Amino acid sequence: MLSQMLKQISRQRVTVVALVLGSLMGYASIAQSGDRDGVRSSISPNAGDSCVRETSWMRRNHMELLQHDRDRTLRQGIRSVDGSIKGCVECHVQQDDHGNTVAINAENQFCSSCHAFTSVSIDCFECHATTPDSVKRAAK
Amino acid sequence: MSQDHNKSRRHFLGQAAATTAVIAPGITLMTIAQANQDQPHGASSSKRWGMLVDTNKCTDGCTDCVSACQQENGWGDGSSDESLSNPQQKAQWIRTVTIRDKQTGHTNQLPMMCQHCESPACVDVCPTGASMKRVDGIVLVDKHICIGCRYCMMACPYKARSFVHESLHDQKSNSPRGKGTVEACTMCVHRVDHGDQPACVEKCSSGAMMFGDLNDPNSDISKKLAEVDSTQIRADLGLNPSIRYSGI
Ligand code: SF4
Repeated sequence: MLSQMLKQISRQRVTVVALVLGSLMGYASIAQSGDRDGVRSSISPNAGDSCVRETSWMRRNHMELLQHDRDRTLRQGIRSVDGSIKGCVECHVQQDDHGNTVAINAENQFCSSCHAFTSVSIDCFECHATTPDSVKRAAK
Repeated sequence: MSQDHNKSRRHFLGQAAATTAVIAPGITLMTIAQANQDQPHGASSSKRWGMLVDTNKCTDGCTDCVSACQQENGWGDGSSDESLSNPQQKAQWIRTVTIRDKQTGHTNQLPMMCQHCESPACVDVCPTGASMKRVDGIVLVDKHICIGCRYCMMACPYKARSFVHESLHDQKSNSPRGKGTVEACTMCVHRVDHGDQPACVEKCSSGAMMFGDLNDPNSDISKKLAEVDSTQIRADLGLNPSIRYSGI
């Protein structure tokens, strides 16, 4: 009786561990294969050859970089930083079929597509511009 | 923040900057060209940015400085936002004020904005540290940590600050602004850091505004201040504003 209970518990454990492992691996493979759907890796024609860091590093750590450099810029006036949200927008913003610039936090755009997928809300664009200055914006 | 803390942080940042080149092989030529214009070490405590306004030159009814600020920083006519706020609520980074001598009837117009005090009342009362003064004397709001309590608006003797009451969508990339935070003249810090003048000074058609380093005895503004009679508004408060006025 007791041994049977133990067996059942250990079987349940195995199932839980397998489930957790499975979901982690699933997440990792999705995080790595961001290029799967064109939108998530979108870069605009004004972008250079590469991002300020490796793409895989950026996927996981861009927020740390932005947070560190925002304080340097605002409080210390150091403006030649990698973690500039203005830079993110300039490189990753897209145009629609009419040549109008689409807000980077609009549905399916660079920032929002990944954040929607991972269920993380972005507060950055409550204050920060979602398109570069002096472009024609697409209607919402 | 204690002095020691500051030092160690700066030391750390210095090291971080030195290693950046190694761990970031993807730096483009554009970034390097940009970096050369900037001050690599940021704001310097050897400077104190200030302005001198010659109210005799400031033309009655002219609003060049106000519109320049609106276009540069995206508020008022420079933005399609804030349609739900009433005129008293709407942001106002800079305004013109007309003063009148009751005995003679003589009037003078002058631009009024954040006076970038040496001892800013807003920084004193801010409970979060969001109101802050840079080492070069520019007083700013760190909207990342502002909780919108508006103590600073109450404390400011110049009525220089505004509160954003509604969601915004039409910001300028150099002037982030958003609902629930307080804002004011930044002395166009994004331009100053690139070696340019504030937008109001540049666009003043009568040349009534002068911008420069008050700490440098050889700067145009320091020479002018040594030459002409100028005053600070509400000098009695002892806040030592960086904006000075002549002709009043
Ligand atoms: S409104 Fe923001 S900046 Fe002003 S005192 Fe409160 S937290 Fe500080």
